Amino acid sequence: MVGQPELLALWVTLKLASLTTVLLLLIGTPIAWWLARTRSGLKGLVGAVVALPLVLPPTVLGFYLLLAMGPAGPIGHLTDALGLGTLPFTFAGLVVASTFYSLPFVVQPLQNAFQAIGERPLEAAATLRAAPLDAFFSVALPLARPGYLTAAVLGFAHTVGEFGVVLMIGGDIPGQTRVLSVLIYDQVEAGAYARAHWLAAGLVVFAFLVLLALYRFNPARQER
Amino acid sequence: MSLVARFQVAYPGYALEADLNLPGRGVSALFGPSGSGKSTLLRCVAGLTRAPGGYLEVNGQIWQDEARGLFLPPHRRALGYVFQEASLFSHLSVKRNLDYGWKRIAPAQRRVEREHILELLGMAPLLERKPDHLSGGERQRVAIARALLTSPKLLLMDEPLSALDHARKQEILPYLERLHDELEIPLVYVSHAPDEVARLADHLVVLEEGRVLASGPLTETLARLDLPIRLGEDAGVVLAGRIAERDAAWHLARVDFGGGSLWVRDAGLPLGREVRVRILARDVSLALQAHQGTSILNMLPARVEELAEDAHPALALARLDVGGAPLVARLTRRSVATLALAPGQRLWAQIKAVALIG
Repeated sequence: MVGQPELLALWVTLKLASLTTVLLLLIGTPIAWWLARTRSGLKGLVGAVVALPLVLPPTVLGFYLLLAMGPAGPIGHLTDALGLGTLPFTFAGLVVASTFYSLPFVVQPLQNAFQAIGERPLEAAATLRAAPLDAFFSVALPLARPGYLTAAVLGFAHTVGEFGVVLMIGGDIPGQTRVLSVLIYDQVEAGAYARAHWLAAGLVVFAFLVLLALYRFNPARQER
Repeated sequence: MSLVARFQVAYPGYALEADLNLPGRGVSALFGPSGSGKSTLLRCVAGLTRAPGGYLEVNGQIWQDEARGLFLPPHRRALGYVFQEASLFSHLSVKRNLDYGWKRIAPAQRRVEREHILELLGMAPLLERKPDHLSGGERQRVAIARALLTSPKLLLMDEPLSALDHARKQEILPYLERLHDELEIPLVYVSHAPDEVARLADHLVVLEEGRVLASGPLTETLARLDLPIRLGEDAGVVLAGRIAERDAAWHLARVDFGGGSLWVRDAGLPLGREVRVRILARDVSLALQAHQGTSILNMLPARVEELAEDAHPALALARLDVGGAPLVARLTRRSVATLALAPGQRLWAQIKAVALIG
């Protein structure tokens, strides 16, 4: 049945996914905006880098992040110099890793949404005296709302589902870095199939509901 | 009081070169076929397209002078812009669309009365609706009202009627005519429809392949014989006059214009009302004597000013002077030879059809 370890893992998972989603929306917005509107030659390069986690094995991504965030890596040097210590095997480290890992799931829906808006509403806003930043917040952002919904749901769900990266970066510390997917793995390893079922089936239902909601409530594709 | 615009834009396979001086009041129409550069020119005026080396002065204020490194971005130009498709913000109600520009103007800068604009464009029944629930004509009216509420010093319209069907056009045109009568600011109106130009314009700019073929007052410019060739069947003149008499028995009205008077179908307009009439070149025929026993109501003494070839080798065009007002007649070259027409000759212009265009 569901006990203390499960609840703890659920709490860590939800905290991780929520924080990561918020961070991703903040970081993903300028990247997606730039990708949607730039005519720069760097567009292909940046787009490819953002999309890398889609095709890389999570262990590869986790491995390099581990090296980068470790005491000898560039991110490790930075966090050390800032007096934060190093990030591997901490919750903060997981958040950073998840942000990289789920980036394409947030950037791509946002980029599509911004592209779908086109130039015209922003031009109309400009002729109505809205400065570019004003037009972004008052016109582009509200019009991209369906894209934000998709991005948030996908970013959240994908972070809930991550395993390989967590294992490489976070290890398996209860209450800190042990998330649901890792706990299920532990339970199966220990032969506790009944307990694993509860969590595994719960995640299946969760994933299904998320996708159902996405298809039911996202009218963006139908309108255009 | 004038609008000075000098823009040069060059894309691969396309170039625009315009050096214009337009009146600081009234409607200037930029007329030409698609691809003639009229929309690009309008976008340059708005600052939506930045023309390197461009210069723009609106009634004494310089908005762009690239020679001195001055370029006001669109949101800092006091202009209103109506796009071909209304481009309303679909996430906002009509009321909030209208407020969008209004709110961004400091109260001290507002020179229009909100209620008056809403009334002028019949906004009251639409305010709570979303743009998706408006007809094409209603959307365009909202777009015009939204632009006017920013107290523009210059109003720009890019083919605002071209996306509408005939009935919707007829629904909007009266609103545009009211604007024409009321506006104190210049309106630059892009169109490829001769009937819109005839109804609305005071000043006509004809563009072709990125070059300005002609720029001048409507009546004079329409009477130029080098232009009607490009207008084809729509070649003709527009004269301004006023309703001088109404004949109830025959449902006719007499319109007096500078060069005489014309009988037109009575459209119910009151005496003294200023109107425009449009006379197409194909509806004007010439006679050496004043005919008796003809069904044609309008016959005016005229003098031949100029003869020119028309697009088809069988046809010719004649520019006439009717008491100071111009007329253009389209006739066959054989008729020119038979009547031995020559500049300076006095004859009669028989006008088969006169359209009263508001």
